[in-house]
Amino acid sequence: MAQLFSRTANTIAKFSIYGGAVLAGALGWLVISAAPRSSYANGQGVVYKQPVPFSHDHHTAGLGIDCRYCHTSVEEAAFAGIPPIATCMNCHKNIWTNAQLLEPIREAFRTETPVQWRRVNDLPDFVYFNHSIHVAKGVSCFVCHGEVNKMPLLYQQASLQMEWCLDCHRNPEKYVRPRSEIFNWDYQPVGSQLEVGKKLVADYHIQSMTNCSTCHR
Amino acid sequence: MPVRCPKLSTDLALLRPRSGSWAAAALLVVASAFATGCRQDMHDAPRYDPYEKSPLFANGTSAREPVPGTVARGHLHEDAAFYTGKGADGQWLTTVPAKLKVDEKLLRRGQDRFNIFCSPCHSRVGDGNGMIVRRGYKQAGNFHSDRLRSSQIGYFFDVMTNGFGQMPSYAAQVRAEDRWAIAAYIRVLQFSQHAKLAELPSELRQEAANAAAAEPEPGPHAGAGWGGFGEQQPVAKETHHE
Repeated sequence: MAQLFSRTANTIAKFSIYGGAVLAGALGWLVISAAPRSSYANGQGVVYKQPVPFSHDHHTAGLGIDCRYCHTSVEEAAFAGIPPIATCMNCHKNIWTNAQLLEPIREAFRTETPVQWRRVNDLPDFVYFNHSIHVAKGVSCFVCHGEVNKMPLLYQQASLQMEWCLDCHRNPEKYVRPRSEIFNWDYQPVGSQLEVGKKLVADYHIQSMTNCSTCHR
Repeated sequence: MPVRCPKLSTDLALLRPRSGSWAAAALLVVASAFATGCRQDMHDAPRYDPYEKSPLFANGTSAREPVPGTVARGHLHEDAAFYTGKGADGQWLTTVPAKLKVDEKLLRRGQDRFNIFCSPCHSRVGDGNGMIVRRGYKQAGNFHSDRLRSSQIGYFFDVMTNGFGQMPSYAAQVRAEDRWAIAAYIRVLQFSQHAKLAELPSELRQEAANAAAAEPEPGPHAGAGWGGFGEQQPVAKETHHE
């Protein structure tokens, strides 16, 4: 009976065994690590089409309007608050009254029908999150939401994944600010962030909250 | 009756390592990698987030309006003066209601809220030339005008609550306590531009006297500048379109 395999089959066999291991490793890395961290999975950096291309950049950095002018409940409630159309009309009944771009806002105001914004920063429903406690403990808007003051169109800056939450919950001193600087988009720490942060963690009695039930309650 | 299961046998045959099936398996693994990116049911539980849309109601929102006339607990507003700025006699209150203690904390709160909600139009110094006015909004009130200097504090509360002219009501954005704090802070702003030398603490009085001595005589346009609010002339009315 003739040889079934040629001599080259040895090389192919070895290569396929080791190569297979490498391939399996690469696939494992893709499945476990890379794919869930991709913006495809977590929506990071994605700009969505909105009914009106509202520019946070223009309204905050450009005009100097405080975050809380529109997001009125951020200091006292879990939800920061999406402003009612009446808040837009505070100014826009007088300014840009003929702009076609703002017609959906005027129409909503006339017909009392809500504008259907596409939510950008959306945590999974199995995560408890409360804005007010973060603001009260020195976490600035800009730490989680990024430089919103430089976003002509809003996008999700952070991954919003658990490892990202835990980074701060484990080491809050890396991120906390004085309470007076929460809404200041130009804030820079005086000295090193770690030194300032450590002092604030002590002053504000900030605990490293890493128990599962802190967020999954 | 013997059970025949030809389908099973073909399925098993698929699992044998044939060239095509390995490729299919590899594809499946790769596909599952991308499947992890899909939102799962637990991400969007069958409950409404604040303001989430709902097909149940005509206007498409899950947030419902309370029945007209509903009074939430603690929101009966029995203390009419506190919520209207007017006393029982229909006259404007001349002081912040006694329920609130006017101290530095309240004034700081007022400053904070003023800078958030009022400064876009009235500017941080209260001269009515805020950024929104400079971008074309109707001229906002100047707190350093004679009319507003002589207005009662209850009047400021009422304007914040019900609006005035082109100014909308801020009752929905600023709660009543904070509106009183802002009204008190307006008095601080007015005082800051219209204080008599004799009313200053002694150390400040000396400083102010020195500064006044060092400063040249104010020119004809002093009223439009930062230092001119103490003058009786109105602040320049022209708006700056940029």
